[in-house]
Amino acid sequence: MIEFRDVTKQYPDGTVAVDKLNLTVEAGTITVFVGPSGCGKTTSLRMVNRMIEATSGTILIDGKDIRDSEPALLRRGMGYVIQQAGLFPHRTVLDNVATVPLLSGWDKRKARARAAELLETVGLPAEMGRRYPVQLSGGQQQRVGVARALAADPPILLMDEPFSAVDPVVREDLQNELLRLQGELDKTIVFVTHDIDEAVRIGEKVAVFRKGGVLAQYGTPADVLRYPADEFVAGFVGRDRGYRGLSFLESSGISVDRVETAKLGKPRAETVADWVLVLDSDGHPCGWLPPGTSVDGSLTREPLVAGGSLYTTGTSLRGALDAALSSPASRGVVVDEDGKYVGVITARQVLDLIEGHPQAVSKT
Amino acid sequence: MNSFGNAFAWLFAPEQWSGPSGIPARVLEHLGYTALAVLLGLVIALPIGMVIGHSGKGGFLVGAVNALRAIPELGLLILLVLLMGIGLLPVTLALVVLAIPPLLAGTYSGIRNVDRSVVDAARGMGMKEGRILMRVELPNALPLILGGLRAATLQVLATATIAAYVSLGGLGRFVIDGLYLRDFAQTLGGTIVIAVVALALEGLLILLQRLVVSRGLRRNPTRRRDRTVRPVEIAVETA
Repeated sequence: MIEFRDVTKQYPDGTVAVDKLNLTVEAGTITVFVGPSGCGKTTSLRMVNRMIEATSGTILIDGKDIRDSEPALLRRGMGYVIQQAGLFPHRTVLDNVATVPLLSGWDKRKARARAAELLETVGLPAEMGRRYPVQLSGGQQQRVGVARALAADPPILLMDEPFSAVDPVVREDLQNELLRLQGELDKTIVFVTHDIDEAVRIGEKVAVFRKGGVLAQYGTPADVLRYPADEFVAGFVGRDRGYRGLSFLESSGISVDRVETAKLGKPRAETVADWVLVLDSDGHPCGWLPPGTSVDGSLTREPLVAGGSLYTTGTSLRGALDAALSSPASRGVVVDEDGKYVGVITARQVLDLIEGHPQAVSKT
Repeated sequence: MNSFGNAFAWLFAPEQWSGPSGIPARVLEHLGYTALAVLLGLVIALPIGMVIGHSGKGGFLVGAVNALRAIPELGLLILLVLLMGIGLLPVTLALVVLAIPPLLAGTYSGIRNVDRSVVDAARGMGMKEGRILMRVELPNALPLILGGLRAATLQVLATATIAAYVSLGGLGRFVIDGLYLRDFAQTLGGTIVIAVVALALEGLLILLQRLVVSRGLRRNPTRRRDRTVRPVEIAVETA
């Protein structure tokens, strides 16, 4: 648990970077500090490992004042991941990952074995350990950065815009990977970003900062999206926050329709009148047969139109709306957890369901 | 062409290759002056450059020291000899003054140019300042430091010729004696030897650079056996 108590950072020129911050980061959660540039989110993060010293106030870790620990030792107990990864160019990937264990006095062999293990944990082949950072892509470097931060198994992870410098596709991979890792490792993670989408995606708690280092709102992503504390937060989370908020609505009690289906490989001889959903022998959707298609003989994948995104029952309504809107047949395909066809759903049905939810769309 | 012919005749005459005033002995003396001055220069410039580079404070000193390059070397040597008398000390001091600016500039800019995010990460992981300097900044600064070392060495080696001007040895003996005796074959021959020694030393330093600089800092650190996993690179190389 990390507690900020009346923490203020003022620079000698009078600029206040963080203004009387009071906030508790729960153990074992991902807490995201988000806000526009100059809002003090990075400063707040860097005060936790004393890369920046607070002007006044106290930061406690599990009840212990961080000023009682020597900075270097304090930092070895916290993983630190930064935007540019900051890998040591002159060391191999493996030795980069082994940095903190070596600093903490592990013997070389043990530290390297641990490093190799961690490369696999973050989804990199162990052979990559022999390479140098310059030989890796940006996304791979960031993974190595995460592995390096995890090497000594610290309870706390500080991540300063770790995924901001990679392209969106890779960023999403890295976010998923982080969520997967957190599922296994259960760290206390403070994550800084300027991207509200990233914040609500990975945060269990979101702290929205405004210019001048003031905490504007602290709560779950759903609360921040549904009930912005003020105009600033409402503006910052953006106009489509209602749509984002759907991510947090679960589809309990969604009712699905049936649609005509056909099995792949089965012989058929007809011209179809309406969209027909084609399933494979295991019941997984393969695509749609458009109206007016003539099939003579066994049904192949060739005439199929690719389906939209699939919606898995029990997940958020945002996925249901996505499925309905992206389907060529205007009906979203609903599947169960094994990916087997359950039914179809229209955007209208999803919207009716949303309107039935009292907190779904907040006032502007 | 004729003068070169004479110079080579002088060079290959057996009497130049033995004794205390033969070419091998003079080469050793010359390398001795050079090594002494460059090492002293390193002892002074390396720590100062590292501290200034690491702390970011006192960068003006690098510029100020650079101004030393403008001092006429022969004038400085004569001044020092007048102050201290003839000997190795004034010669070495004059050469050290020459060695320091490139060494200091190389070290300072080498340390300064290490990616700040790398240093930030090192500190954030719990490295102490001394360790950051020695284990992170220094290895990454090596290419520029060694660049400074090469520049300093070559300049000192070329200028060590003036040792002979104040009655010391070295390859300058041939050049200066040749001038006095109007034996231009000897002057040119000595000059050729200096050039050859300079080239050889440069080659050695490049080799040293290959040995001590991490492969991760080269433009293309790919090992031969890693090539198989980088087909794009092979395609580019064979194209």
